[in-house]
Amino acid sequence: MKLAALMLLAVACAKEGANNSATASSTTSSSGGSVDLTGAGATFPYPIYSKWFSDYATATGVKINYQSIGSGGGIRQLSEGTVDFGASDSPMSDDEMSKAKGGPILHIPTVLGADVITYNLPGVTAGLKLTSAVIADIFMGRVKKWNDTRIATLNAGVSLPNQDILVVHRSDGSGTTYIFTDYLSTAVPAWKTKVGKGKEVKWPVGLGAKGNEGVAGQVKQTPGSIGYVELAYATQNNLPIAAIRNKSGQFVAASVPAVTAAAAGAAKALPANTDYRISIVDAPGADSYPISSFTWILVYQHQTDAVKGKKLVDFLNWALTEGEKSAVTLDYAPLPAEMATTVKARLGTIDLSGAK
Amino acid sequence: MTSLPVNWLEKEKDRRTLRVDASSFSDKVYEGVTAACALVVPGLVIAIAVAVFAAAWPAFAKLGLSIVTTSDWDVAGGHFGAAPAIFGTMVSSAVALIIATPLAIGVAIFLSEFSPSWLRQPVGFLVDLLAAIPSVVYGLWGIFVLIPLLREHVMPFLRDTLHLGATPFFRGPAYGPSMLAAGVILAIMALPYISSVSREVLMAVPRSQREAALALGATRWEMIRDAVIPYARSGIIGGIMLGLGRALGETMAVTMVIGNRPEISASLLAPGYTMASLIANEFSEATNDLHLSALMAVGAILFVITLIVNAVARWLVWSVSRRRAQ
Repeated sequence: MKLAALMLLAVACAKEGANNSATASSTTSSSGGSVDLTGAGATFPYPIYSKWFSDYATATGVKINYQSIGSGGGIRQLSEGTVDFGASDSPMSDDEMSKAKGGPILHIPTVLGADVITYNLPGVTAGLKLTSAVIADIFMGRVKKWNDTRIATLNAGVSLPNQDILVVHRSDGSGTTYIFTDYLSTAVPAWKTKVGKGKEVKWPVGLGAKGNEGVAGQVKQTPGSIGYVELAYATQNNLPIAAIRNKSGQFVAASVPAVTAAAAGAAKALPANTDYRISIVDAPGADSYPISSFTWILVYQHQTDAVKGKKLVDFLNWALTEGEKSAVTLDYAPLPAEMATTVKARLGTIDLSGAK
Repeated sequence: MTSLPVNWLEKEKDRRTLRVDASSFSDKVYEGVTAACALVVPGLVIAIAVAVFAAAWPAFAKLGLSIVTTSDWDVAGGHFGAAPAIFGTMVSSAVALIIATPLAIGVAIFLSEFSPSWLRQPVGFLVDLLAAIPSVVYGLWGIFVLIPLLREHVMPFLRDTLHLGATPFFRGPAYGPSMLAAGVILAIMALPYISSVSREVLMAVPRSQREAALALGATRWEMIRDAVIPYARSGIIGGIMLGLGRALGETMAVTMVIGNRPEISASLLAPGYTMASLIANEFSEATNDLHLSALMAVGAILFVITLIVNAVARWLVWSVSRRRAQ
């Protein structure tokens, strides 16, 4: 028995070795030297990126090493030129872009994510309905009880308990918080002046928990609590989620198609020369889910290493074509098809001459 | 008894000189290697301090003492007041010591003075094992076991049944994640350090010390109180300070249970924040230069506080041992 297992292992190893040597030889023949790409940045798209890198390595032999150290770290490392590409859940500011040592930076949208509002309300399992104004007031501590008339009028027929609302937010800097506060800042003027948007903000009320799992765990445990987490996380853990009223007045529960719809609505209004540093929160369209956002891969416009630059552009083209197809399986929303086309056209403008 | 050979002395002399000659080179190497070890470690401490302070400098230059004195931490607004985090670090560590010290010394006294020898090893081993549990495991345990327990039973008991809610220290709603939860977790984490050092120190008290006290007619309790503990006091204080060092710097477990709210509240039931949690939470996503530098400044302040705690511990141990010597 043991012997059989050992032999199986040996065979597997041998096979792997053979595969490796095969891919290695193919890369050397195709491009004259195996150059790996390195990237660093956002943790939120890491599951889909790592699937892409693995699929891409299988298909082409190009190995990409990605460290999911957070958007901030990704931007810093790209600015210093220690990685070939960065990744971020929030667009870089003009100030950050001006500090990058390698010149102008392109934002390449890859997939979309969304935030959902999850809650723990004994007796209320069906989708609670909320509007941006009510969410903002709950997270600012102005709506304090679950049976507040403003919640009750949105949820006729639901018996809401006379219970204090406990707000749970992220304590760590995160793209999730950025999307959430970007949405409230866009939709609710009072939020914009009082709290604002950012990867971490000064929360008027509530408890801070670390990570999606921290927020979800806290909400799950505490009756009367409300919090926000990533759509993918909520879907995979079957959390109760609220339907949010979008710009067209429809209550929409978060789903992959609803997020892509939001992107499609926003993409139509994009000027041809957009730099893709765009926010799609509170997007128009009857089916659009309002708390949605792109996540970006950041690359330099002028690639100083022609070989690496070509590999990077090839990979991005592959990701926007083949990669997008596998996004749904991991609960990420793919780019709308017409947008993927324009982004790929933009990849063509990257300067691969290698001139320093 | 066998008699020594006649020329024993001569031979021994030869051997000694020979050995010294042969080993002088290796002695030098040995000396060099150990000296390098001895210098590398303090060098590392200095290098870390320099790096942290250099990175923190822009924030100190721009914000000055307001980092320490103000309590408004608002990244978007450019305000970096870490007072709540400094307060939280101090309070959670103090709560931890208040809980852990009597427990740990109790364990140590039992194990060194009363425990049957067959029990001493296993109990001591299990207590020491607390130090080997990774802090993220403590954090998970905190979230899933400790916090529900505190919220459902302990907090209502303290606040309502004991009427401690009348004092500002136990007022307000019990959410679970709180300064108290952080203090309890830290107490459990600091306990093995205190108890293990105390136990060793108590065991090292000379037998004559105990016998003398008993001979004077002391009861067992009097013997421990008047003869054993005073003898071991400086060592026990050292152990407590070691536990305090552990509590001040702990990050992961505290972040998971403290509620991460940068506000100063007298109530132990209210959520709080610590310096280590603040850094852990915000560092990876900090892109703004001032924000990054402010986080480094918080690290530098934590460094200084740890240094002060260690200095105070040294001074305590020194003054206790000096008083005894007099």
